[in-house]
Amino acid sequence: MSVLAVAEHRRGELRDVSLELLTAGRELADDLDGELHAAVVGGDVDAFGEKLNREGVDAVHTVDAGEEFNHDVYTQVVAQLAEELSPSVVLMPNTVDGMDYAPAVASRLDRPLVTDAVALDTDDGLTVTRELYGSKVETTIDVHAERAAVTLRPSEWPTAEGVGDATIEAFDATIDESAVRSTVTGFEEVGGGDVDITDADVLVSVGRGIEEEENLDMIFDLADALGATVSGSRPLIDNGWLAKDRQVGQSGKVVTPDVYIAIGISGAVQHVAGMKGSDTIVAINTDPNAPIFDIADYGIQDDLFDVIPALIEEFGG
Amino acid sequence: MKILVTVKEVAVVDDEFEIDGLGIDERYVTADLNEWDEYAVEEAVQIKEAGDDVEVVTVTVGPEGTEETIRQALAKGADRAIRVWDDALAEAGLLDPETKAEIVAAVAADEDPDLVLTGVQSADDGFGATGVTLGEKLGFEWAAVVNALDLDRDAGVAHVRRELEGSVEALTDVELPAVLTIQTGINDPRYASLRGIRQAQSKELATKSLSEVGLDAAAVESPLEQTSLYEPETESEATVFEGSAEETAGELATLLREKGVEN
Ligand SMILES: Cc1cc2nc3c(=O)[nH]c(=O)nc-3n(C[C@H](O)[C@H](O)[C@H](O)COP(=O)(O)OP(=O)(O)OC[C@H]3O[C@@H](n4cnc5c(N)ncnc54)[C@H](O)[C@@H]3O)c2cc1C
Ligand SMILES: Nc1ncnc2c1ncn2[C@@H]1O[C@H](COP(=O)(O)O)[C@@H](O)[C@H]1O
Repeated sequence: MSVLAVAEHRRGELRDVSLELLTAGRELADDLDGELHAAVVGGDVDAFGEKLNREGVDAVHTVDAGEEFNHDVYTQVVAQLAEELSPSVVLMPNTVDGMDYAPAVASRLDRPLVTDAVALDTDDGLTVTRELYGSKVETTIDVHAERAAVTLRPSEWPTAEGVGDATIEAFDATIDESAVRSTVTGFEEVGGGDVDITDADVLVSVGRGIEEEENLDMIFDLADALGATVSGSRPLIDNGWLAKDRQVGQSGKVVTPDVYIAIGISGAVQHVAGMKGSDTIVAINTDPNAPIFDIADYGIQDDLFDVIPALIEEFGG
Repeated sequence: MKILVTVKEVAVVDDEFEIDGLGIDERYVTADLNEWDEYAVEEAVQIKEAGDDVEVVTVTVGPEGTEETIRQALAKGADRAIRVWDDALAEAGLLDPETKAEIVAAVAADEDPDLVLTGVQSADDGFGATGVTLGEKLGFEWAAVVNALDLDRDAGVAHVRRELEGSVEALTDVELPAVLTIQTGINDPRYASLRGIRQAQSKELATKSLSEVGLDAAAVESPLEQTSLYEPETESEATVFEGSAEETAGELATLLREKGVEN
């Protein structure tokens, strides 16, 4: 009973999540007493194939198909590979590109799909653990099927290390070009602006708990008093209250300041992806169950509208 | 041109809550229109306002209690709504993306839309998979996590931006008909006007059973079974400052000064 892990790359780089999938895949394959296969589709497949040959990988399948990700190509190729190898589980990343092809692969193969897994277990058939309600609760899902597809949340498993002795082979997929009805015409970096939040030693970061745009004045006052820079979570950028270059998170910037003060931010996984590497994390939030407290070093479980003015006062603002 | 928008009512959980079996005790839950769907509805309504002859139809898989939420979408400019529900659905276990997509696909087969907009994910169970599953089932093209849409109806192409990780966007051309999963921030969703709310009351909200959309109870059988729901062990190692706001702010100020923070 083998496992197939599908790698991800973008603009010439193999993404870390690929190696995380190998770790999870090896654990699963051990449980199932089977082989771990890895696949990479498109890009510099030879170089990527070498990189995927980590300890515990039995075979790497390379598919020379275009430079960049295209979901129509991926869906066809991964479905063909799965039909050829018949793995018990197809593992794909729960990334933006993963979200763009994994559901189609599962549906085409008639396999049940569980997305955004944070843990896997095979004691009694496959059980997938995932989070609900913005990470406030966890749930387990039993998969009553011989074969399944699962997408894994990034950064939950360590990357696979070492060099393996996998066979690296080209897989000859047949691509029906008439079914490729989308084209990636380019990439664009967004942001610009005049603030570089990745450069700041101290970030005062504000979330939806601030409620109104006018209340942001208080946050800028605090940042002034502390000599800090203001950043924010996605809703503030979506609302147009802060410029895009101040967004922290998966689709914004990854920051690692000495001190990160999260004010009225719940700590959604896509936000945490951008700030968990900060030296000291302080969270101010009325909800003691907010997931931000799981990664905070210091916390105040109180109303920001009381705490922030008091803090400004402390610094003589 | 017809645009189908999937609209989900999501559960918003209070700060303090209790678990009841495989769900949250309903005393601690309020209902809301899924944030991502709010942007999808707005996008559809803007396309309608910018063009001639565009109809916007919402589709929801949900019980009668979701009608108030559906009316919110009608109040913001959708023309009519379809809600699918029956006893088989009420008794079903997990409504996974496959099941939901099958039901929406059955509605779409009947409605024959040119464009389907869904949210990227639902805020409560966050599968992030219903839209793309739907695209595959319908044989439509698709794109996930779209944060800009420029529709060229004559050419039959949607020029979209897919928002990737790390402030990078992929510019993508997608042939119509297509399913697009809409990301927050793509537009600025309007508040329903009083007039809109009044009008929504008289807009058509059709309720259909599985058999009325051409499916039978087998459609809700899923190999996925939810087996537990629990609060995760807190991984928190945070030092929590206690006391009044003045006291906690004082302690935080001391800490920040120790860390060398000061203007
Ligand atoms: C593909 C994708 C990419 C994404 N990328 C990003 C990203 O890059 N960055 C990002 O941030 N998000 C991103 N998100 C969105 C993310 O899922 C969350 O929706 C978002 O992070 C929530 O922001 P928030 O914490 O400010 O708001 P909420 O989750 O609404 O939290 C608000 C918090 O404020 C607290 N609060 C309310 N009132 C007060 C008060 N008076 N005092 C103190 N606390 C209070 C509440 O308890 C709550 O915890 C992405 C989502 C997707 C699907
Ligand atoms: N019960 C439902 N009724 C209508 N649309 C839904 C339903 N569940 C999910 N969707 C749509 O699919 C999107 C993604 O949901 P999910 O795959 O559950 O995260 C949502 O934003 C909705 O647009």
